[in-house]
Amino acid sequence: MSQLGTKKAEVDLPVRTKYEESRRQKTGVFFKKKVGWLFVIVSVIAITIFNFYPMVQAFLLSFQSGMGANLEYVGLDNWRRLFGDPTFIAALTNTTIYLLIQVPLMIILALFFSVLLNDPKLKFKSFFRIAIFLPCVTSLVAYSVVFKYLFGIDGIVNQFLLNFGFISETVNFLADPFWAKVVIILAITWRWTGYNMIFYLAALQNVDKSIYEAARIDGASSFQQFFQITVPMLKPIILFTSITSTIGTLQIFDEIVNITNGGPGNATISISQYIYNLSFEYSPDFGYASTVSYVIVILVVILSIIQFRVAGEKK
Amino acid sequence: MNRLKRIFIYTFLSVAAIVSIFPFLWMLTSITNKSVDVTQGRLLPGTHLIENLKTLFATVDIVPALINSSIIAIITTFLTLLLASLAGYGFEIHRSKGKDIVFTILLLSMMIPFAAIMIPLYRMFGSISETAPLIGIDSLGAVILPTATTAFFIFFFRQNTKMFPKDLVEAGRIDGLSEIGVFFRIYMPTMKTTYAAAAIIAFMNSWNNYLWPLVILQSPEKRTIPLLISNLGSSYSPDYGVIMSAIVIATLPTALVFFLMQKHFVAGMMGSVKG
Repeated sequence: MSQLGTKKAEVDLPVRTKYEESRRQKTGVFFKKKVGWLFVIVSVIAITIFNFYPMVQAFLLSFQSGMGANLEYVGLDNWRRLFGDPTFIAALTNTTIYLLIQVPLMIILALFFSVLLNDPKLKFKSFFRIAIFLPCVTSLVAYSVVFKYLFGIDGIVNQFLLNFGFISETVNFLADPFWAKVVIILAITWRWTGYNMIFYLAALQNVDKSIYEAARIDGASSFQQFFQITVPMLKPIILFTSITSTIGTLQIFDEIVNITNGGPGNATISISQYIYNLSFEYSPDFGYASTVSYVIVILVVILSIIQFRVAGEKK
Repeated sequence: MNRLKRIFIYTFLSVAAIVSIFPFLWMLTSITNKSVDVTQGRLLPGTHLIENLKTLFATVDIVPALINSSIIAIITTFLTLLLASLAGYGFEIHRSKGKDIVFTILLLSMMIPFAAIMIPLYRMFGSISETAPLIGIDSLGAVILPTATTAFFIFFFRQNTKMFPKDLVEAGRIDGLSEIGVFFRIYMPTMKTTYAAAAIIAFMNSWNNYLWPLVILQSPEKRTIPLLISNLGSSYSPDYGVIMSAIVIATLPTALVFFLMQKHFVAGMMGSVKG
């Protein structure tokens, strides 16, 4: 009935004007929409060509095998080969160790620093903040080389430990399967803790100070405040940093190549380094290398889903 | 109790600060010492700085590497800022259902590990090497193209655009500016801080990028700074003073960019966290 009413009202308008009016509006709306797409189109095309298309290509490659450009489909052979490949197993184990130890260690440290630095009564605040952030200005390759020398057999860490009597003879950290991994974990933590801290500091600025005031009046200890207020408040940003750190550590390459080059043996080799070696160091097998690379893809997807679940976020 | 807590906090932060700064101190003193002194753990400034720099410039092709890295980093940063801000603006200001879906799909690309797409990219650039050598294998163009547009920066600009007053867009339209005009004349000048923060991150990422240049660049004269340092670092009889000089020179641009624009950087990061 109301439809009838509007229809009647419209009839009163001169036909031509009404037609022109609606046409003007339609092209206006259409033009506005089209212009919106113009802003995003170059990026959409570029990301499709340089990210999504190669992903599809890599997936197809993972079912092929052969030297260099002579590739043929071999079905699931590459995937079967994975489980019997000791270098792959070593790379997967090492990457998992880096991930399980380094990411939680770094995130807890970064959270801890940011809470301490957020205290308004703290002195030398900007000095501490800049000092802890400083490692982020170094390039991955540059700091890796520095760490390699610091922990070398005649490096300053050895001399320091000797002088203070912690060890009786020099330790060849980088030639020891255990210590080499420790050095790599220390190195990554040194480089990235300040970076994550900046995110938490920024987020903490938005937390209402009166909540802490109320908690203090209720008699909550610093630790209770940390776990009951800070962590829940920062949950989205902790989720964001743990996902980016997980993705970063799963792909770790620069540090491994420049600190230990995967050695001793394959004690520190990472998945990314193995992919690089399979493609460009050994006789190139792009097919099998792509299969190995899809293991990282699968791990990224699984771990991201788990982290979303743990954080209880709906996405 | 409270006093004890304070002592603990200051000790903890001081240790963290020392650990963070120590490698820098070591780098800075190493460039002024002879290689022998460096290996003997000398931590005091020496007098060998000029000598180290002379050897560096005489024996290592650091100048071409600096030029290559600068060209790549400047073009990449420019393209990143332009394309990502256009897209971030488009997704937020000209919001529509279709665009929101496309945006979500683009965000998924942030999860793609580079190692997974590096082989297809290498083959892709290989296949166009003959017809377009400027963007083929072993060209600076091939280093720039895949790294210039990333979903991260589109996300970054979109988050910051949420704080951009939409009335300004209306005002610009009423003043007779075209949609593109509104972007260049009003949005860009208003969002200087966001651009500064994005510029720092984009420049650092590009300057420090290692894996992709390692894959795509082959000839020594095309080498970028990280490739050069990696090469120096793997030599069997390293001259520590000289290598540290190269590392310090390589770190200076990113450190300078960061310290000059530190305020903008933190403000920009806040913008991306708030949204």
